[in-house]
Amino acid sequence: MECYFDHVATTPLRPEVLDAMMPYFREEFGNPLSIYPLGTKAREAVENAREQVAGLINAKNTEIIFTSNGAEANNFALRGIAFARQHEGKHIIVTRMEHHSILNSARFLEKMGFTATYLPPDKYGLIDPEAVRKAIIDETIVISVIHASPEVGTIEPISEIASIARERNITLHTDAVASIGNIPVDVKELGVDLLSMSAHQFNGPKGAGALYLREGQRIIPLIFGGIQEGGRRAGTENVPAIAGMGRAAEISKAELPMRVENIRQLRDRLIKGIMKLEDVHFTGHPERRLPGHASFCVEYIEGEGMLLMLAAKGIYVASGSACTSKALKSSPVLLSMGVPTHVAHGSVVFTLGADNTEEQIEYALEEFPQIIKRLRELSPFSKGWGEIEEGGTCIPKK
Amino acid sequence: MYSKEVMDHFMNPRNVGEMPDADGVGSEGNPVCGDMMKLFIKVKDNRIVEAKFQTFGCGAAIAVSSMITEMIKGKTLEEAMSISKEQVASALGGLPPQKMHCSNLGADALRKAIDDYRQKQGKGEETSPLP
Repeated sequence: MECYFDHVATTPLRPEVLDAMMPYFREEFGNPLSIYPLGTKAREAVENAREQVAGLINAKNTEIIFTSNGAEANNFALRGIAFARQHEGKHIIVTRMEHHSILNSARFLEKMGFTATYLPPDKYGLIDPEAVRKAIIDETIVISVIHASPEVGTIEPISEIASIARERNITLHTDAVASIGNIPVDVKELGVDLLSMSAHQFNGPKGAGALYLREGQRIIPLIFGGIQEGGRRAGTENVPAIAGMGRAAEISKAELPMRVENIRQLRDRLIKGIMKLEDVHFTGHPERRLPGHASFCVEYIEGEGMLLMLAAKGIYVASGSACTSKALKSSPVLLSMGVPTHVAHGSVVFTLGADNTEEQIEYALEEFPQIIKRLRELSPFSKGWGEIEEGGTCIPKK
Repeated sequence: MYSKEVMDHFMNPRNVGEMPDADGVGSEGNPVCGDMMKLFIKVKDNRIVEAKFQTFGCGAAIAVSSMITEMIKGKTLEEAMSISKEQVASALGGLPPQKMHCSNLGADALRKAIDDYRQKQGKGEETSPLP
């Protein structure tokens, strides 16, 4: 049996989305800037998609700027606002829950003469709005707080943080890449000025993303060139991908309310089954979390081993383990939540989507305990971590 | 990402487990960094006659541990000591560059196990440098 539980990595493209894209690969191949009919049709596809994407988050069409992915939207948001407002101050606030595209943009801005505060979460991965308030200084111009963590599923209190930001006239950005398509997202309710999204996270194509930019907000482009996207993002639009993103947004808006409860029930069943296992820790917030998100740290073994053995059984998951990344560093998110480094190595993340079934959950619950047992038999720590010496070296229990 | 050989040794690791009556034991790595290997050897007439391992680590670390226990069986201590991390990686059909440190851990744990054996025999030789 094949079970895809890695919707945080990407989601399957819906056939209707592919259908919406195909004409723009083939007969309607025009450049949206061309003024003859072939170009006009491509332009109409882009503008139609803009309306569909705006509709998904309750924004105006003019507030949507297409990008090539979520990481670009995040870079654009943080750097674009920082440079646009640098005459007012040069301090930014981000959290330790952010994606690398925000954290590395913050580090880049520090090199450019800005100062940055990196706010830690609590043990559930939640950012305290009061901590945001305390971190604000007169020079603070932009705050970026992720909407929901792809690693631990925690949903952040964005609207509370937005009230604080508004009081101080600070621009608030949220990275909603992991939340859009999983929970309803309304920019007016959230009260944010900017919001990033990525099409392939909600059954759209890879290569299309968007940034919501509230009307009246000034931003410096990340890519200079032509007049595309109102002069805010140059470069010929990826028309097929944008058309696909629009269709995926439309489907997501229509179907989300119906599918959330089913996904939540499957997830709860998975969590209940996995938490019966010994020395397994649930990560993230127990309630304020994405409906399809189940994340754990399994002690005494390393995440990549679990991932590979599950894959051999046709079960596809993710891990925040260092060994699954080229950086070979433990998940900064888990570490910032206070998870000890040696435990963080045993991270495993199941993210469910609309196509998952009860049978798949049962199959995973049948296979996973055996895999843990097998890997623990290989581990010198199968009987416990024993003593932890200074510097973090564990002495296996005899 | 991994070669067939790595996946084979990861999925079907050879010589797994503790060896309570080991003649030499070597531990290398640190679980905080992500890998820890424990290598056990039994020696007869200056030859390694049995080897076992326990590993906390990724697929590559487990495959390296399994492969090194296979490579040293039947070898003299000097021959085993001369096995380089590149030879281990090569026997596994290569390792991704970011995983080469795993083969280092295997070679280092082996050297420590041989050192431990020699210490116990009262020979107490210094660990030879990595080839």
